[in-house]
Amino acid sequence: MISLASRDIGHHLGRFVFTGVGLGLLIGVTLTMAGVYRGMVADGRAVIAASGADLWVVQQGTLGPWAEPSSVRDDAYRALAGLPGVAEVANAAYLTMQVPVRGRDVRVMLAGIEPGGLGEPAQLVAGRPLLRSHYEAVADEAAGLAIGDTVRIRRHEYAVVGLVRRATSSAGDPMLFIPLKDAQEVQFLKDNDSLVAERARTAANPALNRPGIPGLLDAVLASQNAGRSVNAVLVRVAPGYPPEEVKAEIGRWKHLTAWTRADMEDILVAKLIATSARQIGMFLAILAVVSAAIVAFIIYTMTLNKQREIAVLKLIGARDRSIAAMILQQALALGLIGFLVGQLAALVWAPYFPKHVLLEPGDALRGLAATLLVCAVASLLAIRAALRVDPADAIGG
Amino acid sequence: MDKAAAPPDDTAIRLRGLSKTFGSGSTAVHALRDVDMTLRRGEVVGLVGPSGSGKSTLLKCLGAVVEPTAGRIEMGGQAVFDSASGGWLIDDLRALRRDRIGFIFQAPYLIPFLDVTDNVALLPMLAGHPDREARARARELLEALDVGHRLGVRVSLLSGGEQQRVAIARSLVNRPPVILADEPTAPLDSERALAVMRILEEMARRYGAAIIVVTHDEKIIPTFRRIYRIRDGRTVEEAGEGRSLGP
Ligand SMILES: Nc1ncnc2c1ncn2[C@@H]1O[C@H](COP(=O)(O)OP(=O)(O)OP(=O)(O)O)[C@@H](O)[C@H]1O
Ligand SMILES: [Mg+2]
Repeated sequence: MISLASRDIGHHLGRFVFTGVGLGLLIGVTLTMAGVYRGMVADGRAVIAASGADLWVVQQGTLGPWAEPSSVRDDAYRALAGLPGVAEVANAAYLTMQVPVRGRDVRVMLAGIEPGGLGEPAQLVAGRPLLRSHYEAVADEAAGLAIGDTVRIRRHEYAVVGLVRRATSSAGDPMLFIPLKDAQEVQFLKDNDSLVAERARTAANPALNRPGIPGLLDAVLASQNAGRSVNAVLVRVAPGYPPEEVKAEIGRWKHLTAWTRADMEDILVAKLIATSARQIGMFLAILAVVSAAIVAFIIYTMTLNKQREIAVLKLIGARDRSIAAMILQQALALGLIGFLVGQLAALVWAPYFPKHVLLEPGDALRGLAATLLVCAVASLLAIRAALRVDPADAIGG
Repeated sequence: MDKAAAPPDDTAIRLRGLSKTFGSGSTAVHALRDVDMTLRRGEVVGLVGPSGSGKSTLLKCLGAVVEPTAGRIEMGGQAVFDSASGGWLIDDLRALRRDRIGFIFQAPYLIPFLDVTDNVALLPMLAGHPDREARARARELLEALDVGHRLGVRVSLLSGGEQQRVAIARSLVNRPPVILADEPTAPLDSERALAVMRILEEMARRYGAAIIVVTHDEKIIPTFRRIYRIRDGRTVEEAGEGRSLGP
């Protein structure tokens, strides 16, 4: 038996392929939307993975250090280091800012880490890790920096000594690792003008600048700049200790909150991008409906244009089953062309998207299944119309 | 099975008291009234009548796409419709049409997305014959009908006459005992019209089919040996001139 569907497609190949490509671009957008979502999830995981910690200790009651602001005194780590089950601790500071790279501003997440300690990027793709405690940087490739470049952050120039891959904030901004002290300065220290102004204000305060007590003013000024903060203390848990227990211990004694990796995933992946995920879900739903409408419309018109042939086929003995199969196969073929074009388009344009678009094979398979399902459903209308065609119409009046 | 039950006579189709009424009450249209008709294998019979007289309705009843209101239809001695027994006596009307009735229309109504061979071969394929055998049968007929040189061509590229011959091949390919032709010569000039009639005559003889030809066409009416005149749904049989169509 010859395939009526493929012969008919061959007869209208141009129109069929043209429609398939149009549908394909739509499917490509759909797959890309899914990729954007996957990218957001991957970015959320990337920042967690990049810090290499088992626990994040943050300001009490906050979802820090990334989802909410958190400030912890930078000597708190000493008390944590003494707790049972804590193998290693390190201060870390994070802040998002714009830095100039080759004449344009790039949004980066600055990560202040202690060179050689926790929080350092695990694997470099080029260069070396931070060794000195000042004015060096390790950058994510996506920032557009190369080894040997210098990048200006506030008052200082930093030399790029190493490059890492896929170290991004949960928002997708590339990370720039610098020594902790520098990051603290960037984050917490005031600029010269405000320092001068503050000193003047303090000096002008008669309570703090008493002529009778020499040295008081200096002591006050020193204390004003002494208390430094970080955003989180990273903790590596010793083997054999469940992180959950150490977390509970910290929460109980230290007036701090600790988050495990699972907590962090929940905060960064589930909570932080929940709204975006729903947004993307809406888009996916709309795109599916639009695709279905297009397929239904095309297959329906193709069927209406074939009414006379269908009447003849029925008259000469073709079964309803064969006619329905012809229409269904055409719809599925359209879906298949659309899917292939869509997948190709998504692969081609994904790298040009400003955000990380992660195309997962699993999503492609699900997309294919959904496309075929949508096409099958969309062909029902046309099949119904075809089954209603009266073979007597072939004989005419 | 049914062939075995056929009586030895050569009756292809027999109608008794066939009526068809569309609608009911005051709007009822009596398209066929008490039609009797007998066709023998191998003959070509004309069905002639003015517009609206019921010609197409009769073909649709014979073609099992419209259910008669009353009467009886026998094909090859087997009753296929009997209003006294509740209507169609055959469950699978599509198989009946496919295997036992050929159709030729005014326009050839070929399937545009199939080539010449497959337009014809489709019928034996639908009847479950293997593709190769179906195509071989199609080729044989197409060659007999002088379109053997255009087998792989798309049907839209054929001339009107060639298309009509492909349609004739299609109507014959399953060797049906009955072929229904609705104005098959209407779009053709008189020379081509007579050529088509000559082909139908020959095919009827060669394949033992009864061919019923609905026509208005004055050019071909003299070629029938037997004609049914139809008016207001009633038929009258008369002898035709049976003018020879030559070789
Ligand atoms: N499906 C239908 N419903 C109602 N009336 C119908 C239907 N089909 C045919 N008729 C009526 O039955 C009568 C016979 O119609 P039919 O089509 O058989 O005529 P015809 O002889 O083929 O005419 P023509 O030469 O114009 O084709 C007409 O009055 C027509 O209006
Ligand atoms: Mg008619």
